[in-house]
Amino acid sequence: MNTEKNSYTIIFAIAMVVVVGSLLAFTASSLKDRISANKRTEKQQNILFAMGVTDSNDPNEFVPAEQAQELFDKYVGEEQYIVTGSTAEKTNSAFDIEVKKENDKVKQDADYQRKMPLFIGEKDGKKYYIVPMRGNGLWDAIWGYVSLDNDFKSIQGAFFDHKGETPGLGANIKESFFRDDFIGENIYDGSGSYQGVTVKKGNGDPKNERKDDNAVDALAGATITGDGVTAMVKKGIKMYLPYFETLK
Amino acid sequence: MAEVTEEVAKVKEPKEPLFSKKNRKLLIDPLADNNPITIQVLGICSALAITAQLKPSIVMAISVIFVMGAGNVVISLMRNIIPSKIRIIVQLVVVAALVIVVDQVLKAFAYTLSKELSVFIGLIITNCIIMGRFEAFALGNGPWTSFLDGIGNAAGYGLLLVVVAFFRELLGSGTLFGIKVLGDPIEKTGLYALGYENNGFMVLAPMALITVGIIIWIQRSRNKSLIEDH
Repeated sequence: MNTEKNSYTIIFAIAMVVVVGSLLAFTASSLKDRISANKRTEKQQNILFAMGVTDSNDPNEFVPAEQAQELFDKYVGEEQYIVTGSTAEKTNSAFDIEVKKENDKVKQDADYQRKMPLFIGEKDGKKYYIVPMRGNGLWDAIWGYVSLDNDFKSIQGAFFDHKGETPGLGANIKESFFRDDFIGENIYDGSGSYQGVTVKKGNGDPKNERKDDNAVDALAGATITGDGVTAMVKKGIKMYLPYFETLK
Repeated sequence: MAEVTEEVAKVKEPKEPLFSKKNRKLLIDPLADNNPITIQVLGICSALAITAQLKPSIVMAISVIFVMGAGNVVISLMRNIIPSKIRIIVQLVVVAALVIVVDQVLKAFAYTLSKELSVFIGLIITNCIIMGRFEAFALGNGPWTSFLDGIGNAAGYGLLLVVVAFFRELLGSGTLFGIKVLGDPIEKTGLYALGYENNGFMVLAPMALITVGIIIWIQRSRNKSLIEDH
């Protein structure tokens, strides 16, 4: 067989595209349900994690996947809201709202009224207002869930994740030593104006003892990822402030 | 690339034992004297990117061993029907499809593991060792020898990754697998009580290049036959 002929090359290329294309399409569609169920479980685990509900053996691990639904119903349940501006509507469809899609809609249409999901968890008599957020790291998207207390003054828990930050550097935003620094950190400065929380290099507070400086210690070698977290947290919480004002 | 093109010319001998001397050489040579990173200088980019810690390096090593073993076999089986004009594209499609299928299956059945791996997917596809071995070996050799060559080269790559990551994590963060082996830098315990400090430069990519350079230096001064004549 002459494999150098142009016609053979073209036929080979077409056959290859068809075979590989259908293989990938078949894999994707046959696994779609399982994958989306896994993603749903992960989201429940993330939300629970941000309000401090973790694996009973290891506080740095998620609740086990098989218990996620049950625990989510127990701690959050129907307390899901869609916030638009300064009003909120209680609906279970809040869980299915993706911050990414809302961001895209706002980008396409400046007049679009953003739908912002809010989850209110209750643990040991204390309320946690859990805000999902999404931003940009160095290579790709980063996202997270941050929980606020009743006074909407300080952060009670945080979970961050990323799509493709550098392992060992930016990817460390997932780690407890970074994430735990956010706990208790104030989002308002001394004069009462909103600051968010800044990921700051050399803030002279590596043990994070000062909770009122609106800053946590940065990660070595991950400046841009850290700046991305700063921007994401600041913007993410700010969007909810008009609604939080009405609850105070 | 001079030494790799010679391998293409190797003729397949019929009926040789599965682990003949030549086949064992295929598997073992890339671990030291023909290491893909230190001798062939392939796969440097991903070696710089992920060696800040040991754990991701090991995950990457295992993933590349799998993809290279399977990819080399697929390319080797197709070697007589691939048109040479588009062979690079065919290689790229094979490795990309392989990696995506594995990623999808993991997402469905081992979600936590796939989260760990997701960062590496792009890095695996662009790893020049994979394309380099497809091009230099699998296109000219049978499936079994190609399989051994793939596993050997990926293991040689992985070995170097682990060595570099060991030094970078130990000197840069004072940890191994995330465990603080030198004491706590903030609480000033262990070695840090004596005034030792982590070398923050070690976590950055340039130090990976320098570490690889030092390894190449040591390797060549121990084995003079590796030094090229100029």
